[in-house]
Amino acid sequence: MAQLFAYIAHKDGVADDSALELIEAAKKIDGGADVTAVVIGSGIDGICNEIAASYKEVVKIDNDALAYPNAEVVRKALLNVLPNDGIILIPHDTFGMDLGPGLSIKSDSPFVADVVDIEGIDGSELKTIRQEYGGQVSTHVSCDISAGAVLTIRPGSFQPDESKSAGGGVTDKSGDAGDLTVGRRFLEIVEAEVGDVDITKSEVLVSIGRGIEDEDNLEVAEELAEAMGADVSCSRPIVDQKWLEKSRQVGTSGQTVKPKVYMALGISGSFQHVGGIKGSPFMIAVNKNPKAPIFQVADVGVVADILDFMPDLTEKIKEG
Amino acid sequence: MEILVCVKRVPDNEENEIEVNGSGSDIDRGDLVYSVNEWDNYAVEEAIEMVDEHGGSVTVVTVGDDEADEVLRREMAMGANNGLLLKDDAFNGSDGKGIATVLKAAVDKGNYDLIMTGAQADDGAGQVGGMLAAMMDVPYASLVNKIEVIDDKKLKVGREIEGGNQEMNEIDLPCVLSIQTGINEPRYVGIRGIRKVASVEIPTMNAGDLGVDAGAVGAGGAKAKRLDYFVPELGEGAEMLEGDMDEILDKVIELLKAKGGLK
Repeated sequence: MAQLFAYIAHKDGVADDSALELIEAAKKIDGGADVTAVVIGSGIDGICNEIAASYKEVVKIDNDALAYPNAEVVRKALLNVLPNDGIILIPHDTFGMDLGPGLSIKSDSPFVADVVDIEGIDGSELKTIRQEYGGQVSTHVSCDISAGAVLTIRPGSFQPDESKSAGGGVTDKSGDAGDLTVGRRFLEIVEAEVGDVDITKSEVLVSIGRGIEDEDNLEVAEELAEAMGADVSCSRPIVDQKWLEKSRQVGTSGQTVKPKVYMALGISGSFQHVGGIKGSPFMIAVNKNPKAPIFQVADVGVVADILDFMPDLTEKIKEG
Repeated sequence: MEILVCVKRVPDNEENEIEVNGSGSDIDRGDLVYSVNEWDNYAVEEAIEMVDEHGGSVTVVTVGDDEADEVLRREMAMGANNGLLLKDDAFNGSDGKGIATVLKAAVDKGNYDLIMTGAQADDGAGQVGGMLAAMMDVPYASLVNKIEVIDDKKLKVGREIEGGNQEMNEIDLPCVLSIQTGINEPRYVGIRGIRKVASVEIPTMNAGDLGVDAGAVGAGGAKAKRLDYFVPELGEGAEMLEGDMDEILDKVIELLKAKGGLK
C-alpha cells in the first residue's frame, strides 16, 4: 500500500474545510493507514500546528516562493519533497484543478478528477465514484494505485473528521523544496465587483438559470421576485451571456448565499452552483428536465417550463 | 501567433436528458443531439480574436471519428483557419492521459505558440490541458477568463477562482491554457458560414502518422478505467408536486407563505 498524502488548502492562516474532509476520503481508501498532511506556503507554522491536531504527520514546506499557491510552483515543490509513488489527495477546487492533471503526468501516476465517493480497494485497484454530464449520471472509475495516484476530491463530498485527536507532529521539509522557478508568475488578485444588490444578504431568492432562454424573459423573473418581495439571482450561464451582473451569480465561482427560501428556476443544479447555497434554505426547484440534478437537493420540485410557471405564479400571488 | 485549439464533439447537455443504457456500459446514445463542447467555443472565439489583433492563424484539432468532422467545420465556420482530425481505432477508450498523449504528438508535428482547450467537457474532469502542458514541459493555467498579449514571449492571463475573484498571472509562451466560459461572447455561426467550409479538406492523422505507440493509448493504455455508468441511489430528493398546474401553484404559494418566502 502506497503512502497517503492530503494536500491542505489554506488562506489567510485558516485551513479550508476540505482539510478535514480529506481524512475521511483517505480512510475510505485504507482505514488502517495514517495519512500525512502536506502544508505548503510561507509563514505557515500556525496552520501546521492546527493541522497536527487532525493528522499524525504533517509535512511542512515553507518558502517565500510559495506565499501564493501557484499550482506550477506547488507542483515542483511536491515532486521534490514527496515520493513519486504516493497517493495524493487534493481538493477539487480552482487550485486543485490547476495542480492535479500535471502532477499526475510528472509523477507518472493515474489521475482521477472530482471524486465524489470511494468504494474501496480490490487488490491494487482503487474503485472511485465520479459524475459526468453535469451530475446527470455517475460512473465507477478504477485505477491501479500500487505505484501511486493523484485524486482530486470534490469539496463537501466527505464528512469532515472533526475529532482532532491525532496529536501529530510537524516535519519541516522546506530544505528539500529545491528549485522553484517556473514559467508562470502570480501577479495579483482582482476582487469581484460589488453589485447593486447584495444577494448574500437576501432572505428570499428567485434564482434563474438557462431555462430563462432569452434576455427578454428576465422581466418575467423580476416580476415574480417583486411580487414575492425577493431578489433575483442566477446561475453561471446567465452571467456568461452577460444578461445579469457577476454579483448576482450563486455558486463556488460566484456568491455564497444563505437565504431562508431559494427558488431554483430553470437551473440544472451543478455542484458548483449548489456549493454556493448555504444554511439549508427551503428550496423549490422548477425544471423541464425531470432528471435535473437540482431535484436531488431541493425540498420541493415541479417539472414545468419556467416561462409558463413564473407568470402564472406571479399572477396568483398578486390575486392574493 | 500560431494557436492550436483542442475541441471535442459531445452530447449537448442542454438538449438531452442523459440516461444510462440497459447494461450500464454507456449512456443511451439513441437519439442524442451532439454539438461542440460549450467551453471549446469560447476557446476558439478567443483564439480568433487574438489572431485578428496580433496576426497568425488558428488551427482546431480533435481526437474523434468521422462524425467529429462536423465540429471542426463548425469552428472553421467561426473563423478558425485550419482543421485537423486525429482518428484511429487505437484511440478509442482513451483516458485523459491517452487523449493528451495523442494531442502531444500532433503538437510536436506543428509549431504552435499557444495551445488552448476548454476548461472541461462532458466528463467534467478538466484534465487534458494540464496533462498536455506537463507532457510538453510548458506552463499551464486553467479556468482562464482573460488573456492579454504582453509581447511575443509572454501573456497576462486571468484565472477564475472562488468567490468571483480573478487571479492574474504572467505566463511564458509557449503555454497551454484551459478556457472558462464567459471570457468572451462566441460569434454566431449561420448556415451560410457552415456551407462556406463544407468542402474544405480537413487533414486526418492516425497513430502511425503521429508516431503514437498504439499500446500507450486507447482502452488498453488507460490508467484510469471507467467501469460503468449508473444512476446513484440517492436520498428521497425533492417532493415532486404533480397534477393540475393550478393546484401546484396553490401548493407552492402555501409553502412559500409557511417558509417565509412571501412578504
